[in-house]
This record gives sequence, structure tokens and C-alpha cells, in this order.
Amino acid sequence: MSDTYDLIVLGSGPGGYVAAIRASQLGLKTAIIERENLGGICLNWGCIPTKALLRSAEVFHQMKHASAYGLSADNVAADLNAIVQRSRGVASQLNKGVTGLMKKNKVDVHMGTGTFLSATKLQVTDGEGKTKDLSAKHVIVAVGARARELPKKTGKADGKRIWTYRHAMTPTELPAKLLVVGSGAIGVEFASFYNDLGSDVTVVEMVERIVPAEDKDVSAFLEKALKKQGIKIQTSARIETIEANDTGVKVGIKDKDGAIAETEFSHVIVAVGIVPNIENIGLEDIAIEPDQRFHIKTDGFGRTNVPGVWAIGDCTDGPWLAHKASHEGVIAAEAIAQELGNATVHPHPLDRRNIPGCTYCHPQIASVGLTEAKAVEAGYEVKVGQFPFIGNGKAIALGEAEGFVKTVFDAKTGELLGAHMIGAEVTEMIQGYVVGKTLETTEVELMQTVFPHPTISETMHEATLAAYGRAIHI
Amino acid sequence: MRDRTGKPMPIAIKMPALSPTMEQGTLAKWLVKAGDMVAAGDILAEIETDKATMEFEAVDEGTVLTLDVPAGTAGVAVGTVIATISGEDEGTAPSPPVDVPSVPVAIEPPQALAAPEPPIAKPLLATKENRVIASPLAKRLASDKGVDLSALKGSGPNGRIVKADVEAAQGGSAPAAKPAEAVPVAVPVAAPAPAAAAPVQAEVKMATETRALLDARVPHTVSRLSQMRKTIARRLSQSMQEAPHIYLSVDVQLDKLLKLRGELNEVLAKSGVKLSVNDMLVKALGKALVEVPECNVTFAGNEMIKYSRADVSVAVSIPGGLITPIVQDASGRSLAEIATAIADLATRAKEGKLTTEEYVGGTASISNMGMMGIKHFTAVINPPQSTILAIGAGEKRPWVMPDGSLGVATVMTATGSFDHRAVDGADGARLMAAFKALVEAPLGLVA
Repeated sequence: MSDTYDLIVLGSGPGGYVAAIRASQLGLKTAIIERENLGGICLNWGCIPTKALLRSAEVFHQMKHASAYGLSADNVAADLNAIVQRSRGVASQLNKGVTGLMKKNKVDVHMGTGTFLSATKLQVTDGEGKTKDLSAKHVIVAVGARARELPKKTGKADGKRIWTYRHAMTPTELPAKLLVVGSGAIGVEFASFYNDLGSDVTVVEMVERIVPAEDKDVSAFLEKALKKQGIKIQTSARIETIEANDTGVKVGIKDKDGAIAETEFSHVIVAVGIVPNIENIGLEDIAIEPDQRFHIKTDGFGRTNVPGVWAIGDCTDGPWLAHKASHEGVIAAEAIAQELGNATVHPHPLDRRNIPGCTYCHPQIASVGLTEAKAVEAGYEVKVGQFPFIGNGKAIALGEAEGFVKTVFDAKTGELLGAHMIGAEVTEMIQGYVVGKTLETTEVELMQTVFPHPTISETMHEATLAAYGRAIHI
Repeated sequence: MRDRTGKPMPIAIKMPALSPTMEQGTLAKWLVKAGDMVAAGDILAEIETDKATMEFEAVDEGTVLTLDVPAGTAGVAVGTVIATISGEDEGTAPSPPVDVPSVPVAIEPPQALAAPEPPIAKPLLATKENRVIASPLAKRLASDKGVDLSALKGSGPNGRIVKADVEAAQGGSAPAAKPAEAVPVAVPVAAPAPAAAAPVQAEVKMATETRALLDARVPHTVSRLSQMRKTIARRLSQSMQEAPHIYLSVDVQLDKLLKLRGELNEVLAKSGVKLSVNDMLVKALGKALVEVPECNVTFAGNEMIKYSRADVSVAVSIPGGLITPIVQDASGRSLAEIATAIADLATRAKEGKLTTEEYVGGTASISNMGMMGIKHFTAVINPPQSTILAIGAGEKRPWVMPDGSLGVATVMTATGSFDHRAVDGADGARLMAAFKALVEAPLGLVA
């Protein structure tokens, strides 16, 4: 059996399924190939289920601190099993949602593993080993990535004592003493979650500060906040030895002075980045070029070096975020439609400076654009504004006065170069700055914008005013 | 104006004289580079004189071959070849050498000499869309860098002009920052003259801000301002902003003047001269200015310039604007001479054939809207002059006769506008009285 499509999307994560829907909207005959779950990691094993877990942890945290709000709650306890069940339920609900969306948009779903036979032909092998061939004028590779593991034979994540994010999402027991290796978004989110539930948590980071992709003021603030919550943090530290046994994991951590201390943990979560899933799908056979980090090289629209083959999402260059993948999916689908003769679409290449990042630890982090240091490094003369949540009425009323907003403007043009936020609800607020950046607003429009009162978003206004020495409530 | 060289091509573009006193100027900025196609009316360069920065328009069309004088070069003598254009067999249009002005103080020309033709409004955009859609950042950058947004093609959603477009345009239009490959004489890396950029920036800023206020639902067109319109706008704004105007009106009985005009025209008919009322009023103003020299002055900061001759600028409406040719020594010349001079000046003004010295200068002005039926109006002083007379229509009005009886007379309202920094009310009133007396007892005009 051989079906011919305008477009086949390999992988149904937030990049792939969005690309398929957009392509279908544009009238392309579209199919999607998925080897595991529609919705990919994001929806099944990433963004969404972790948010469900973190919500449980947050409610638990609030219940334990009920007295701060004049409430009392006795015998507050966390049922790990129920928490995980809820998280899986949320993932399952959304997975069904994607199934419905594929049907609604008339996207053919082929469950199985797709491999390239040629640039325009793929073989799909289903769970029972049966194969079928599909042909398409264009193929989008959206195969995503998986957790990178520690380069130690004895440190393989087997799901027993050493976990990746995937194991960490479905624990059967609460780790008594947890080591989180890596302090990126995934690392600090799990650190927050398990700490809230009562684990004794240590975070080890190789570079000199946690959440190293964020502005250094945010890193410093988070480190202080996490330590206050009882999380132990070791920066400029490396895992030298790691060895799991039946009762725990012995880990030798080398500090910045070179001294190695061996500690035993009950569990270890490895969160040291991702590896793209580009092996064993025939990419070598059609001569797709990866970059030095084994990500597929693409132009701003997703074109690879092979005509007709496109790539989006985590298997390409970063940032490795679901919304970046989705946006790339839309761009690629529109560019393909354009190549197939659709004159109504005018895709624009991805602008990485306008992709926000959100981390759901407690307190939350959200940011977009350049950090202050990166802006200075890039040669900008900057105006920087910072406004603390303690100056915001709503934050105080919510009992969430911990946090700040920092803005970085180009002193010459007033361009908003970057915004960095830490504190309650910031992940829901950052889009304000993202819209602003996408529209190329300057400080003037942000200053002229009326922010509703009382909201924490007023801190965004104040941080803009602060960059120009005009903050009101500070 | 055109100085045919007779040679086929290329055309040498020479440093223009932008004012009668101009002997040299600064080539502030090139707006074209070698290889660019230019059409008549395209702005080639910005040239800075001691008085102002002016845009230098191309008169011929063709391809720019070389830029021979680098941007930023000061002291370029008038007539120096500054660029060459491969054009049709049209000859070049350098400005002729300009004589020392015949007026004591030069007035900036209302029109750039390089473009003597009456400017024709050029459509600004090829598209129907007249609103410039640009991001706030793009607008800010365009304003800061003096980039004309309306000339850019946006690469953003639906053609929206974004930061990248302005940056790209700036790179393209600033040869100083980006030497053009084909230029044999290297265009030097010279800092763009800030003074040169300022007026352009202000214009761009105003255009951008005004477009932001535009109700795009109303059908409209947008056209580029001619140099003449820009000059008119700048000078009139300057006048109203800097010179506190006072207005003094008098009603003047015309019957005797009309009668005298009829008699004179009978005499002059043989020599083919026909006096208009306006010719006589020009002479009356000239004589009045000599009688009341306090109104024949220029306010100059910490100095006062008093003229000992009355050169009257006569406002003439021409396609696309107006121009003020000068009747030199209006007091001393005969009515016939004045009539002949004005007829010639007005004709050539409408054809765009006036030379600079014919419209640059003057010590006071007259503007007559009587033929258009206007009863009374006030005029804006033509700087650096201090006096302008606005003439209304002569019409039959009830009039109290010298014997106290009520009769009918032909009467017009004349209103003087005076720069109150230079002219006191009483002096202005004396000028108006002298003018009225000369018109009502017009033999003084032929005496």
C-alpha cells in the first residue's frame, strides 16, 4: 500500500501536530506518523504532566502555609500515587484532544515508526512489525529529542534509582534524599516539586550559577529562594563518580576547588540537556546534515540541505521549547504551501529573540530576549529597569511578594531587548512583553500602555518606567 | 537656465548656487550612489550653505556615473563638477554664475535654483495604500536616522515596515557608511553632517506623526512636497513664529486713481504699455516706504537694517505655489517702467524662467487679492522684510464725501502687516497714511 501526500509530518509533538493542522488548513493533503503517543513528549511526558504535578505541589505548599492566610488545615498530606494519577489523567485527556484535532483537520494518522526510504518516501513500521510505504512531495521531520544521560557507564538512567524526567514524572515512592543533576528548567522544576512534597533535595550545577540561561540577577534570586525553601545547591560542581545499588546511589561530586566529596542519595534525576532523536530514521541515507551537536541544520523556514525535507522543533537548533517547535511548524507548513503554489501565505522566518522561556519552579521564571550581560556583550548601550514584587499591592495581597521584573532596553532606540521575571504568575505575564517585542514596541508604547490595577502585571509597567528613572512605586 | 554644452554624454553636474551670495557650499550628503538611475526631480544631494541646507534636484535623467566630490566636503566652489550622469543629449543644468545681489540683503530663495521649473506634485507611492505601516521601533529608527519610511518596502506581516527594513535602507542610502563599489573616486568615510540631516529628519518626523493621525478611511492621495512648497512652508512658519505681526487697515478711495489710470493708459497705448491698478499701488507703496523709512527695515537680532531704496516684492501666484519677483526702486521708477517690469516678471515667473536675483531680495512686499474678490485679508510678512501690504478688492461702497454728504465711491481696504519687533505701531500707521494719501491724490505717483 502506498499513499501519496502533499506533506508527511514525522512526529506528532507540539511541532509536528501543529504543522500538520496548519498544512491541512492550507489545503494540503497531510499525514502524520507517530511511533508512540499523539502530542509527543510535551503533552504526554513533558510540559503538561509536569505542570499537573507542580500544581499539586503548589496546592500542598499553600495548605501547609494556610495559617498565613488566616486558615487552618490539619493532617495535610500528599498522596504521591494520586498526584501522579491526576497528572497522567491530564496527559491522557490532552492526548485524546490531539486525536480529535487530527480527525477534525482530516490529517491521516499513521501509528508506527517512520524511516526515510528516499527524500519523498517513508516506510512506516507498526507495533506488530507490519510495514507500509507513504510518499509525499514534502516531509517535515519533527522527531524531537530525549534526555541526555551522564557520560558514565555506571550512571545510566534505568528508572530505579537513577531517573530521567520521564521516570521522575511517575514516581512510585517519594525520594527521601534526591540529587538533581543540572539546574536548567527541568532540573529546578523537579527540585521544586520534590522539595515541596518533602524530599531532601540537592541540586548540582556544572557552571557557576543555576538556571544559567537566565539573567544573572534571576539566577541569584532563585538560588536564594530555593535555599530558603531548604534545597541545597552546589554550583561549579561536577559529577565525578556515580554508582547505583539497591538502596541508593553513591555520587562523588567534585567542587570548584577540585575536592571530591562522596554522598549517598536515595535517587538521582539526570537533567543535563537533550539529545535529538535523529538516529535510525534514515536521515543518513538521504544525506541530511546535522550540526556539531547533532541537531538537523535548517534555514529560518525549516528547510534542510535536502530539497523537500524540512525539520522543526527539538531535533533542530534551540531553544528546545514546545512553543518554538509549534511556531516553526506553522512557518514550515506555510513555506511548503507557498512552494506548492499558495500565494496567500507569507511566512516570516523564525526570530529567536522573541521566543519566551518559562520555568515553573517556585518562584516561577519567565524571560524573553537578551539578558543584560548578553545585550552588553552584543554591543548595546543599555537602560535597565528593575521592579520588586514587594512594591506591588496585588503581590502582597496574594502573599507572593517574592520576585521582580527586569527590563533591558537599547538606550539609543528604546527597543525592548529583553525582559526577565521571577515570581508568582510571571509565566502567564511574559506574553505581554513578547507581544511588545514582536510588534517592535519601544519604551514609549510600554509606558503609555495602561496596565490594570490591581494586578501583578503592573510590575511590568514599573520595570519599564524604572529603566528610565520614572518608576512610581519605588 | 539651461546651459547647453552641446556634448552628448555624460552630463557634468555642477555645484549649484543656491542663493545669490553663494560662492561655495558644503556637499553635506549624497542621496544617490554610482549606478543609481535618476529621473528629473530626484534629489541628488543635500547641500549646505551658510543659510540653510537644501536639497539638490536632478534636472536630467540618466545613470549616475561618478560622484566626484565626497560627502562632507566643505567649501565646494559654485560650478565645480560634483558628479557625472550618463544622460540623453540634453546638456547639463548647472546654475549660472550669480552676480553680486543688487539688494543690500539677500533673501533666501523661495525656490531652489537647481529646479527652476514649477514643481509638479509627484505621486508618493505606487500603491493605493497611503498610510505608512511601520512598527514603533521602525518609526523611531527612521526618525533618528533620517530615513523616509514612505520610501521603504516593508518586509513584516502585510508589508509592515520593521526594524530590519529601516536598517537595510539606512545602509543603502548612506554612501558615507557604505562605499559604493562602482565609484571610481572613493566616496570617503565621512561622518554625516548632523546639521544637514536635521531638517530632513524633522520633515520625516512630521510626516510620520501626521500619518499616524490620518483617518485612512477618507479617500486621499499623498504627494511629495516640491522644493518650492517646502521653502514656502518653512519661511511662512518662521515668519509667523518669529515675527510678532501687527495689522493696520485703512480704507482707500480709488476713484481718482482709476481716473488717472484711464488717462495715462490713453497716452501710453501708443507705446503698448497698459497700467494696472496694481502697478500703481506698487509705486505708491514704494514712495510711501521712502517717505516712512521706519517701515523699510529688517530686524536682525541685535541690529536694525534700514534700506534707503524701496524694492517691492510682488506676490505672483504660479502653478504649485507662489513667487515674489522684485520691482527694484519702485519709488524712483516711472509707472510705465514698473508696468513693463511687472508684466515681464509675472510672465516669466509663470514659465519658471526667473533668475535668482529677480526674486531674491526686496525690502517690502505687496499681495493683491482684489481680483479674486477678497475684501480684506492679512498677509504673512516675507522675512527678512518687515512690511507687507495686503490689498483687497476695489468696490463701490457708500462713502462720506469731503463735504459730509453720503455718496458712492470706489473703495478698497489695504492692510499692512508689520514685524512689530522692528516697526512701531505709529510708524506703521504713518506708512498706511502715506500710502492712502498717494492713492487718493495720485498725481504724486507721476510727479
